[in-house]
Parts: sequence; structure tokens; C-alpha cells
Amino acid sequence: MDRIPILKLGDFLLVTVQVDMHDRLAMNLQEDLTEKIVATHARGVLIDISALDIVDSFIGRMLGNIAAMSGILDAKTVVVGMRPAVAITLVELGLSLPGVRTALNVEKGMELLRASLDRYFDEPVPGEEGG
Amino acid sequence: MAERSETLPIRKSEDVVIVRQHVRTMAVEAGLKLVDQTKIITAASELARNTVIYGGGGTLLLETVSSGSRKGVRLTFEDHGPGIADLELAMKDGYTTGGGLGLGLSGAKRLSNEFEIFSKVGEGTRITITRWR
Repeated sequence: MDRIPILKLGDFLLVTVQVDMHDRLAMNLQEDLTEKIVATHARGVLIDISALDIVDSFIGRMLGNIAAMSGILDAKTVVVGMRPAVAITLVELGLSLPGVRTALNVEKGMELLRASLDRYFDEPVPGEEGG
Repeated sequence: MAERSETLPIRKSEDVVIVRQHVRTMAVEAGLKLVDQTKIITAASELARNTVIYGGGGTLLLETVSSGSRKGVRLTFEDHGPGIADLELAMKDGYTTGGGLGLGLSGAKRLSNEFEIFSKVGEGTRITITRWR
């Protein structure tokens, strides 16, 4: 069975998509990631799509699903490395990936995840924020 | 005028990947810029998936075309599935009968320079898109 490898890096999971994904492979990744988030207590997921030369509505939907699912499991998702031509095409296609955080590369994505984790622990307890 | 052509079967979801690869090769050959390559490959991916999901499989005819000094890639997707009853509705952003995002047809149209759709209920659907250099 085809699987995209998921690497554990401290509190985070790193997925580097290196092949042209067929739809079932994308579905498998969705399932594998959610299982791995729970199994490893990961707080963040980095998905590196720098090797992808297209993102169509199916892959775009999968990225959105992963962000939503990982959010429910208390992990943040950052999609990194999108090529400029892919970004232009995605917007024209009508897909702006709402709810998906992005960063230019793995390093920046990692910074974003770390920063959001720090903020999370600094945040006041809900209800004590005043108003 | 068609200069080079090739036909591919589209039966299962893995064929969508093969379609993308062949369209890429042809787009490079036709001298399309990277952004235009990306657009026509993405449009092809959407339409090929539609062919599998809604058309029950079909074929893709790939052609490099030229008009004067212009060169381009023309793709014709054809299936003998149930056809589309309401084309206007099917072309709307967000409309889907298959549980997707409903961006396939409308998105593919936006990503192409020319878009032509012909569909008859009970006979099938034929969609032709062209991207010029």
C-alpha cells in the first residue's frame, strides 16, 4: 500500500510530499496523519509541498481537511513551500485555502508553529480575559 | 491545426496522475510558460477526475495546436456517462453532486483560454479546453 512517510521532529510532525499524489494516496495521508497526531501527541504538523507542481481542488481540499482535523486534535497545521505558479493557479481555480496556515519554507513554518505554541501557553485562561 | 496528438484512457483515479504527466510533457513541448503549464495541468486534473467520478471513465485527446505563430495545447475529455442535465447549474462555483468542492468545471474554465462543453443526458459529455502560449 502506498504511503507518504510522516517524520516526528520533537513536538511536530513533518510530511514531505515528494510524489505526484493520486487521490487515494492523499486520502491515506489524511488518515495516517490524524492517527499519528494522537499517537505521538504532536502539537503541530508541517506539510512541505515544494515538490508538488500542481495543487488541484482535491489536494487543496485534503490540505484543508488536514488543517481542520489536526485543529480538533489540538495540533496546528502549516503548509510550506508552495510554488508561486501553484499559488496563482489555486486562486484562479477558486481555492484560497481558508483555515490553512502557510509559510514559505520548512524553517519559517517551524518558527510559526513554535511561536503559536508559545502564545498558546501565554494566553490567559478563557473567561479571565475581561471585556 | 493539430500538430501532434495522442489519446489516453481515463478509467480510474490513478489515471488522473498519468493525465497530468502527459499534459505537462505536451505543455512544455508547446513552449507554454510555467504558470500556463501549471494552469492547464491543474484544469486537466479537475476534468480527468470528473471523467472518472461522473462520466464513469472515458478518454482524453491531447493535441498541440497552432494558429498563425501561436502555439498551444488542446485537451478533449470525452465520456459516455449519464451526461449533465443542467449545464448552467453544473458550471456554477460550489455546485456539486459528488461531494467535492464544486470547483472542477468552473475552475477548469477559468484556467483555460478557450472552453467548450457539450453534454447530452444519457449519451455523455465532451469538454474541450485550450491554453495558448
